Amino acid sequence: MKKIYFKTESLKNTIFSYCPGCGHGIIHRLVAESIDELNIRETTIGIAPVGCAVFAYDYWNFDVTEAPHGRPPAVATGIKRCCPDKIVFTYQGDGDLAAIGTAEIVHAANRGENITVFFINNANYGMTGGQMAPTTVLGQKTTTTPFGRNSSRDGYPLKICELLSSLEGVCYLERVSVTSPKNVLAAKRAIKKAFQNQILKKGFSLVEILSQCPTDWGKTPMDSIKWIDEVLSKTFPLGVYKECAKK
Amino acid sequence: MGSNKILMKGNIALCEGAIAAGCDAYFGYPITPQNEVPAYMSGKMVQLDRVFVQAESEISAINMVFGAAVCGKRAMTSSSSPGISLKQEGISYLCACELPCLIVNVQRGGPGLGNIAGSQADYFQATKGGGHGDYRMIVLAPYSVREMYEFANISFQLSEKYRNPVMILTDGIIGQMMEPVSIEDNKREPITRSSTDGWCLGGCLGREPRSIKSLFMTEGVLEKHNYHLKNKYDLIKKNEVRYEEYLTEDAAIVVIAYGISARIAKSAVRKLREDGIKAGFIRPITLWPFPYDKISEVSSCVKKILVAEMNLGQMVEDVRLAVNGKCPVEFIGHPGGGLFTDTEIKEKLASMF
Repeated sequence: MKKIYFKTESLKNTIFSYCPGCGHGIIHRLVAESIDELNIRETTIGIAPVGCAVFAYDYWNFDVTEAPHGRPPAVATGIKRCCPDKIVFTYQGDGDLAAIGTAEIVHAANRGENITVFFINNANYGMTGGQMAPTTVLGQKTTTTPFGRNSSRDGYPLKICELLSSLEGVCYLERVSVTSPKNVLAAKRAIKKAFQNQILKKGFSLVEILSQCPTDWGKTPMDSIKWIDEVLSKTFPLGVYKECAKK
Repeated sequence: MGSNKILMKGNIALCEGAIAAGCDAYFGYPITPQNEVPAYMSGKMVQLDRVFVQAESEISAINMVFGAAVCGKRAMTSSSSPGISLKQEGISYLCACELPCLIVNVQRGGPGLGNIAGSQADYFQATKGGGHGDYRMIVLAPYSVREMYEFANISFQLSEKYRNPVMILTDGIIGQMMEPVSIEDNKREPITRSSTDGWCLGGCLGREPRSIKSLFMTEGVLEKHNYHLKNKYDLIKKNEVRYEEYLTEDAAIVVIAYGISARIAKSAVRKLREDGIKAGFIRPITLWPFPYDKISEVSSCVKKILVAEMNLGQMVEDVRLAVNGKCPVEFIGHPGGGLFTDTEIKEKLASMF
């Protein structure tokens, strides 16, 4: 019998602490698979965020450091500039990357740091119980937008791929989701490409992944997937937002 | 070789000292009165094929230092008071994760935006923990351009020895003033490096994966980590107290000052001695660990102690803790970038005598 599915080496043999139906488990697996397929596990340094993925070092079977909330792109800059032969990536949520760490991501991107960023957009602060994130869509109810996000009071959803696409230092930007086998495979291709760009020294790559958060959205896992496909991806359309010219 | 003296600004001496000590990476952001440091490093570090990045903020600069330290490199940042406030979050994380690095505060007047004159108003912030949580940072206070040069090397070595950030707490006057420095003096402490191989990240080739973190959620684990840190801080207190003592043996009155204030106070003591007044001088060189024992010992033998600081009275609290009522402790200070004259300190000491 042929073995077609197995634990990839870059994932430790532990149980994820993520909620049922959460997208992080799928995305962790895709990141780990990509690292193993590219054979870079032993030269990779990951940077875990503050947020739901704060315990990423408990799951990934390679070197991982913590960073203060929002600061992974600055920490990644320090690591990559000092150790350009290592593969350095950050894994950040929407509060970490698009709120408290906006300056860090914009400037790391603008400097064209040769790093890889995985931006997990689940439209709210998962770890702290579902508050409004910069990526919360208009009308979406969260614990701090009990009447729904109102643009006159709360502003508009922040579109990171669109925002960063104007920066000259950026090599690659793509927004994906993990709502179906087809989308998961597309996400995997994007994640792998973002690592390959770094290996080829092409510069800054970011993959934004729309991710389901059933617990804080108050939805079933299946309804969460449906909500991403029907609502969230209307505000945040999937696709490639920038791709540097092929060498 | 020792006679090969170069006239140098304090901020430049700091850069030269750090470069000579093998600084691998510098990350900074413009703020007066430390602008010479990033400007000088931007040229020298690049010429030497080392790392220089002008960060988008003080916050990013300290986190870039964090990244460099994570992979075991000798990294530093410099700033001045308002910028150092922004670095406090990063300093707390560096202490928690036990990462070595050098942070330089070329102090200016405060609070708030204050002014750009030299000041000593950040003593509390530097020595009592400006960021959150139970932590300590080694703090060195140079009082000459020569010490700006030498302390960079000492700081890197202490930071690696104890895996803890070290701060050089200086001020706009020492940063800006020029003095002759002999940079090839072989009496300097040798440049050595502690191995970082046992803990740094660099990819898990040939070993188990590592993580660097400060989050300990399991009950009791953080408390254990806190005690681990305390044991280290106790060791630093035992081993690393540094101070300078001058004419204290027969002194009836002693002035205690650090940094630029110490330079002026020492001159006042010299002049009082010329007038036959038995004045002495103690200069804490490490502000943390603080020379409590030395000051306690001296306070048993003198009539009075004067503390001179360019602030409203900060180190004086540590002096009073050390003295513990054994003699009266008076204070003379200038906040807001005001500077002493040696005559002013001399007259104050004479009035106490």
